[in-house]
Amino acid sequence: MTLILTLASRNLFHDRVRLIATAVGIVFSIVLVTVQLGVFLSFERMVTTMIDHAHADFWIVPSETKSFEDSSLLSGRERLQALSVNGVKAAVPAVVGYASWRKPNGGASTPVLVVGTPENSAGLQPWNLVEGNLRDLSLPEGVAVDRSYFDELGITKIGEHAEIDNQKARVVAASSGIRSFTTMPNVFTSLERARAYLGVPPNEANYFMVRLAPNADAAAVRGELVAHLSDAEVLTSEEFRHRTRQFWLFDTGAGAALLGSAILGVIVGTIIVAQTLYSSTKDHLKEFATLRAIGSSQIYILKVILSQALLSAVIGFSVAACIDLMLVRATADAALPIVMTPELTLGLFVLTLAMCAIAAVSAIRVVTRIDPVAVFAQ
Amino acid sequence: MTTTMIEATNIVKVLGEGPARVEALKSINLSLVGGELTLLMGPSGSGKTTLLSVLGCMLSPTGGTVEIRGRSTTGLDAEELAALRRDNVGFVFQSYHLFPTLTAAENVRLALDVRGGCSRMARIKAEKALATVGLSHKARAFPRELSGGEQQRVAVARAIVGDASVILADEPTAALDSENGHAVMMMLAEIAKDPTRALFIVTHDPRIMPFADRILRIEDGRIVSDQRGGGRTSPLRALKYAS
Ligand SMILES: Nc1ncnc2c1ncn2[C@@H]1O[C@H](COP(=O)(O)OP(=O)(O)OP(=O)(O)O)[C@@H](O)[C@H]1O
Ligand SMILES: [Mg+2]
Repeated sequence: MTLILTLASRNLFHDRVRLIATAVGIVFSIVLVTVQLGVFLSFERMVTTMIDHAHADFWIVPSETKSFEDSSLLSGRERLQALSVNGVKAAVPAVVGYASWRKPNGGASTPVLVVGTPENSAGLQPWNLVEGNLRDLSLPEGVAVDRSYFDELGITKIGEHAEIDNQKARVVAASSGIRSFTTMPNVFTSLERARAYLGVPPNEANYFMVRLAPNADAAAVRGELVAHLSDAEVLTSEEFRHRTRQFWLFDTGAGAALLGSAILGVIVGTIIVAQTLYSSTKDHLKEFATLRAIGSSQIYILKVILSQALLSAVIGFSVAACIDLMLVRATADAALPIVMTPELTLGLFVLTLAMCAIAAVSAIRVVTRIDPVAVFAQ
Repeated sequence: MTTTMIEATNIVKVLGEGPARVEALKSINLSLVGGELTLLMGPSGSGKTTLLSVLGCMLSPTGGTVEIRGRSTTGLDAEELAALRRDNVGFVFQSYHLFPTLTAAENVRLALDVRGGCSRMARIKAEKALATVGLSHKARAFPRELSGGEQQRVAVARAIVGDASVILADEPTAALDSENGHAVMMMLAEIAKDPTRALFIVTHDPRIMPFADRILRIEDGRIVSDQRGGGRTSPLRALKYAS
């Protein structure tokens, strides 16, 4: 084995204080980046959960709809127009809107997102029910909420009553794991009741979820739908997801803030590593001059410095990965859990390597200017 | 038969610029042959280190040519000069310049490592070179665990491990007490018996003179005397190094 790695690792471990500073710089930056990107990923996934769980081939949405949570109303004619298109099997209405939930026993109120679709429609129903069942939503005043929001909604068990915009509601079913990315819990109910809670006139709806007949030509149907619907847009689920993501992640600035702090983390980390690597190289300048004097190529010296940088990266990344793992575990039940994917892990490792390689530039600039005659200076 | 290892012709070296401009070497002609130990002596600032640097391809001369084993160094860039050094030149410095984080054996091996190539062979050669300087038992010691004399012997091993045809030493005994200085010189003199190597040693130290086959004197950038045959063959050689 060549002495390049030996030199690099000995230089690195020779100065413990500097090694710790380097590792802290990398760990700080990588953990920060993980948290930001992990939350970003988590956010990105969560903003589309409703669309992900809906059964729709196409969505008819009011023109200029920005996100699933926020749209105006369709008159209802769209549904009939859609149904008249050959190949359309169903156009299931969905009503979505914010309302005020008043806790039982005259408690305080809290905003919720009400989602209503026809019972038994298989359009957009709560999933992962752990208590009660979907049929119970047709019971009078029946609503379903997620178990994790019981406290927030002032509920202790199903069967309890509350009020939504001064109208009665009764929790008849509870799901598990339907988390909202906002602070507002989702409340699922029947279409009619949702219209009542939200004051939506009969026939009107925020969306119509189009389901195609078997063997229908999706592109042709879409073309027809677009031709028939002048005040509405026709989106695939993927397009709707993209639009919703775009709105929450970028139009609101939330995603930009997360990415911004991640980039800041990378910059700060790079600067710290660059600083320590630079001063380490300065300390070993005489040795690099000696290397040059005994005839080493520039490449050999660059390899020593890069190895030192990449070794720091591996050490720093290992520590950061352990901390990240703990964070992922710790936030698993939080509203916005930090998401770690194999791709993200790999990406972070590559980022760490890149960060350290870039950090090595200033050190490399120093050694490339070394004059071997420096070895004669006493 | 002797082989010419270095041939320097009409070397001029200008250092510094403007008011600091110094003509450190003024038309120097010199050839070094294998199997000979040459001493370069002269007052401080006379150009000894400059000449050694030019001969060792660390500095390019302002004028004149240097040939190493028949190969001209004129027009070579920094990388080509480095390549020439690693294949042909071994250096010994006054302050040893060992790598503090490498063991004695690794320090020696480094001279081969920069050439690339088989590391097992390099290990064996490094062991042999350490044995030559009598330090086999210190192979795993770090420089800080070695005395000054031992460190300089490790440096000598590093200079010879690659079978360099020229060994250049700048004040190799200046940092050593007389006993250690003597031991290092004995070693260098022994190495100089090898007809494939030329040794060139810059020194202030008159106690080294008995080891020399040839003594050059430099003053103000010019070689002012060149004496051969005074050293090893003279009765002085038998005298103790320490005065
Ligand atoms: N980088 C430089 N710039 C300008 N002048 C220099 C430079 N390096 C050396 N000199 C000058 O060149 C001359 C020769 O220097 P050199 O180091 O070769 O002398 P030396 O004989 O080795 O002296 P010493 O015995 O003190 O080591 C001196 O006058 C010195 O001041
Ligand atoms: Mg000098």
